[in-house]
Amino acid sequence: MNPLRLVRARPGVPFTVTFDDREIEALPGQTLAAALWSGGVTAWRTTRGAGRPRGVFCGIGVCFDCLVTVDGRPGLRACLVPAAPGAVVRSQSGSGHDE
Amino acid sequence: MSERRPVLAVIGAGPAGLAAALAAAARGVRVMLVDSAAEAGGQFYRQPARGLGARRPEALHHRWRTWERLRAGLDAHLGAGRVTHLTDHHVWCVERDSDRLVVHSLLGPQQTESVAVRADAVLLATGAYEKVLPFPGWTLPGVVTAGGAQALLKGGLALSGGTAVVAGTGPLLLPVATGLAAAGARVVALVESAGPKSLARSARAWAAAPAKLAEGAELAARLALRRVPVMARQVVLEAHGVDRLESVTVAALDGAGRPAPGSRRQLSCDTLAVGHGLLPHTDLADGLGCRLDGPGVWVDAEQRTDVPGVWAAGETTGVGGATLSLAEGHIAGRSAAARLTGRVPDPDGWAPAARARDRLRTFFTALDAAYAAQPVRWAEQVTDETVVCRCEEVPAGAVRDAVGALGAGDLRTVKLLTRAGMGWCQGRMCEPGVAGVAGCALIPARRLLARPVPLGVLADPAEPPAAP
Ligand SMILES: Cc1cc2nc3c(=O)[nH]c(=O)nc-3n(C[C@H](O)[C@H](O)[C@H](O)COP(=O)(O)OP(=O)(O)OC[C@H]3O[C@@H](n4cnc5c(N)ncnc54)[C@H](O)[C@@H]3O)c2cc1C
Ligand code: FES
Repeated sequence: MNPLRLVRARPGVPFTVTFDDREIEALPGQTLAAALWSGGVTAWRTTRGAGRPRGVFCGIGVCFDCLVTVDGRPGLRACLVPAAPGAVVRSQSGSGHDE
Repeated sequence: MSERRPVLAVIGAGPAGLAAALAAAARGVRVMLVDSAAEAGGQFYRQPARGLGARRPEALHHRWRTWERLRAGLDAHLGAGRVTHLTDHHVWCVERDSDRLVVHSLLGPQQTESVAVRADAVLLATGAYEKVLPFPGWTLPGVVTAGGAQALLKGGLALSGGTAVVAGTGPLLLPVATGLAAAGARVVALVESAGPKSLARSARAWAAAPAKLAEGAELAARLALRRVPVMARQVVLEAHGVDRLESVTVAALDGAGRPAPGSRRQLSCDTLAVGHGLLPHTDLADGLGCRLDGPGVWVDAEQRTDVPGVWAAGETTGVGGATLSLAEGHIAGRSAAARLTGRVPDPDGWAPAARARDRLRTFFTALDAAYAAQPVRWAEQVTDETVVCRCEEVPAGAVRDAVGALGAGDLRTVKLLTRAGMGWCQGRMCEPGVAGVAGCALIPARRLLARPVPLGVLADPAEPPAAP
């Protein structure tokens, strides 16, 4: 069983977003966090202090652990941002404004 | 006097906000239903996104019939123009403007643009978020909140990896474990720190809420069916891994709430869904100056806060599940509609909802007591190196120094000395953990803004349109 089969999903046409130069498949309606998480990617940012990896934590926009850079804009919460076809997603280091 | 219908802004479209919106719209009030999500439903009725084309979304839900009724009611009111649903609106502040109120929201995930709407009264139904107490390894990718795992699954049909442990304490762990298992994850264990005896001792309370008992029993049966072992009176002591979660150490607790010698064992997993209960969202109430009652917003029998024109319902007022949220929302919506249209509210009209509310409050108070009946000395297990404030990366040792060497006696001083709680999330994730490690009382911080707001917006907030 997988989640799509469980709810008998017939998703729209899948598309890809690039994540740090690789392609990740996303389904229409998924947030970036959901697409990355289903694609087996669990970390997409490193912290400002110790440079430790982080990804999704609260899943609902409260914790700010899932920050990511999308199309050049840093500091977006991946759990809130819908995946869009062709989006260029980069993992973010520090505050995202350091590079 | 103008002839216009009074406007009630309902903030939050979960069970509480939906019940309130339907009750108020049916009684002569215009409702602005404002929610940050793209769809109505809140946490309990979170649905797969439309583009996912789920034909059997109920497979991940309970009480689907109730949702269908709410959805049909909302659609009817939307069609008749009695309710306006403002989706993707993140409310960052509610402001008093002479005799009316202005609701300020940031739009969409980008959250750079702010819009304002005016209302005669507001009803806060913003729900709750998950509390997680820190432990070594809790910042590793692959460790998520139990509700977060549920939200990714219900909303995005997303599962990461294949082997999960669900851990912590509280009634939310049961639906999360069954949901993950049903969706195809191998759930190695549900690790619950409360003991089976303390749950049994609350049998009187369970009896007061038979529907809840049936739900609990049904979930437990589903877990058994999927062969998910429930490890009661045990805790996850530590999560291991380098760049992502690889395993957890679990131990049984002795009578004093400490790991029993020789009971440690390691479980391999790539996902840890962990939670220690929920905390009400109270920031909009804080900004309005509403009195709190413990962690939630104080309300009277009509669900009114102590600030005129402001109602609150659902988990904003205290955590107690979807059915209680529905009852509170219904009462709040009827009370607000009556008062806004110049009628005297008639509690007899909502007596069944009031009875349900009182029964469920009693039930959840007893349930909370049962879950908390035996001590868990979790703070002792938090090593000095463990990060307790995730945003500012403050280790437990710094908090202990602030209390010990520097003499901080309360949470506010600890925060000033360590920066714990000053980061992006404004202490929402770390407050209970920092308080526990510091040995201070947990006093909810008063947050004046519910969302981080761009400076440009703060300097020049949007004006609401003139009418209505
Ligand atoms: C992540 C999570 C998952 C959960 N999953 C389950 C589950 O599977 N089963 C279960 O029994 N219980 C679950 N719960 C418990 C759940 O909180 C309640 O059972 C129920 O949903 C509470 O209803 P409510 O209407 O009070 O709040 P909610 O359902 O939480 O609704 C609150 C709504 O307010 C919106 N909101 C909050 N703040 C703002 C703001 N500032 N601006 C605009 N909108 C805002 C939110 O987007 C949300 O739609 C979950 C809780 C959480 C936190
Ligand atoms: S995971 Fe917490 S804000 Fe996105």
